[in-house]
Amino acid sequence: MRGKDAALLQVINLSKSFNSFQAVKNVSFELYPGEILGLLGPNGAGKTTIIHMLLGLTSPSSGEIRIFGLDPSKAREREKILNLMNFSSTYVAMPYSLKVREALMVFARLYGVKNARQKIDALLGQFELEEVVDRPVRALSSGQMTRLNLAKAFINDPEILLLDEPTASLDPDIADRTRKYLIEVKKKRKMAILYTSHNMQEMEEISDRLLFLHHGEIIARGTPEELISRFRGEDLEDVFLKVAREVRA
Amino acid sequence: MKWHRISAMFLRHVYLYRHSITRLVEIFYWPLLDLLVWGFVSLYLARLSDSGKSTPNFLAIFLGALILWDILFRSQQGISVSFLEEVWARNFLNLFVSPLTIGEYLLSLMLVAVFKVVVVFLISALLAWLLYSFNLFIIGIYLIPFVLNLVVLGWALGILTTSLILRFGQQAEVLAWGVAFLFQPISAVFYPVSVLPKFLQKLAQMIPASYVFEGMRAIIFGKNFPLDKLMAAFSLNVLYLGLSLVFFFKMFREVRARGLLARMGE
Repeated sequence: MRGKDAALLQVINLSKSFNSFQAVKNVSFELYPGEILGLLGPNGAGKTTIIHMLLGLTSPSSGEIRIFGLDPSKAREREKILNLMNFSSTYVAMPYSLKVREALMVFARLYGVKNARQKIDALLGQFELEEVVDRPVRALSSGQMTRLNLAKAFINDPEILLLDEPTASLDPDIADRTRKYLIEVKKKRKMAILYTSHNMQEMEEISDRLLFLHHGEIIARGTPEELISRFRGEDLEDVFLKVAREVRA
Repeated sequence: MKWHRISAMFLRHVYLYRHSITRLVEIFYWPLLDLLVWGFVSLYLARLSDSGKSTPNFLAIFLGALILWDILFRSQQGISVSFLEEVWARNFLNLFVSPLTIGEYLLSLMLVAVFKVVVVFLISALLAWLLYSFNLFIIGIYLIPFVLNLVVLGWALGILTTSLILRFGQQAEVLAWGVAFLFQPISAVFYPVSVLPKFLQKLAQMIPASYVFEGMRAIIFGKNFPLDKLMAAFSLNVLYLGLSLVFFFKMFREVRARGLLARMGE
């Protein structure tokens, strides 16, 4: 328990091997309502593999995952979990032949959203996509595509949101507004967000807690301030460089 | 014109073929299939003319067969190409992290296949009537069970192809266009099974489509409704559809364990 709230997501001794390569080693953590947990680490640290295991796209080699107290490896429980969860990644796109509104309508149906039209209109406004609503997805810029993905991620008002480098292709202004929006909905709706980014300034600004991963292991955890003081860094970027280089050495 | 730039592009394609068995096989695949199908068609026509019997209804035999063959092909493509659309659009992950279950997904693809088949069938039948005065519906009510059998076989092939694309990725994409044609020479589409050599006749007995096309020809030639052939096609189709589903779920579990599902969607 953290404060009064029970964890929405619990990961216990999670490991994943691909043949002889161990991508994730004995990782344990919790995600609580109303917090943003940042997954930090160099390329190949295991961040994306963890997210994929949480989404049920990759099956764990060992360990346990509990989301809303349910087991995502069981088909029926997975269905319940995914109704209350969503995901967005810069590396995933939307059906390119469909128009923006049509693409969102497909996902509104998949998530069984009531009053889909109003919900879509609200999201189009929130992510500044009104101008491209009748444009085919293939005609969107990478920034617009990222915003469309984020709009999709909010279509079911999720309680847990998994975001894999969500602002990677956004310009600084829209990225800043997106972060502020995430912080606002987190507070307002007690949404729990698992967040990965290579932008250390962003991670410092947005994360309540951080997990520092390296070679599939959690090598440090705490608030951004705790990590900066523990590793005697000037900022999170400095900590990242120190830790990554120390471990490599 | 610079030779080093031309040779660089030539080398690029040599590398491509060196690393892709499917592309290499494809070079020989289509000419070989054409040779087999048209070779057996020629044999059939030669036998017909040697037998001295009255000329059969070639329009019904060839045009009707072609339209029915397209039902099988579109049904298979309705599943495998619809699946590939999501992969190409990099939308695959978004679908599989939604509450959509695999069963629901497969059923939706089957419906897409049926929709494609109905549209293609109606347009082809209309064009055949307008252009060649050929009425496909001369086969009558019996057309329905034959068409249904071809749709189900198309589903089974589509699910099999999709399983292989899931497991082997881009390398296997070519199957979406080629797998149905692999069975065409032994499906008795344009000629009876008896035209085939003995060992291919044995293989043809395992293909539900061969019973469908033999049955269709029997009706065109004014014989009794071939219930035995229809039942054989139906039994084999149920078996193959079941096996393709088992194979799909096995592959799905395997790609999840190997982390390939996530990689396919990005």
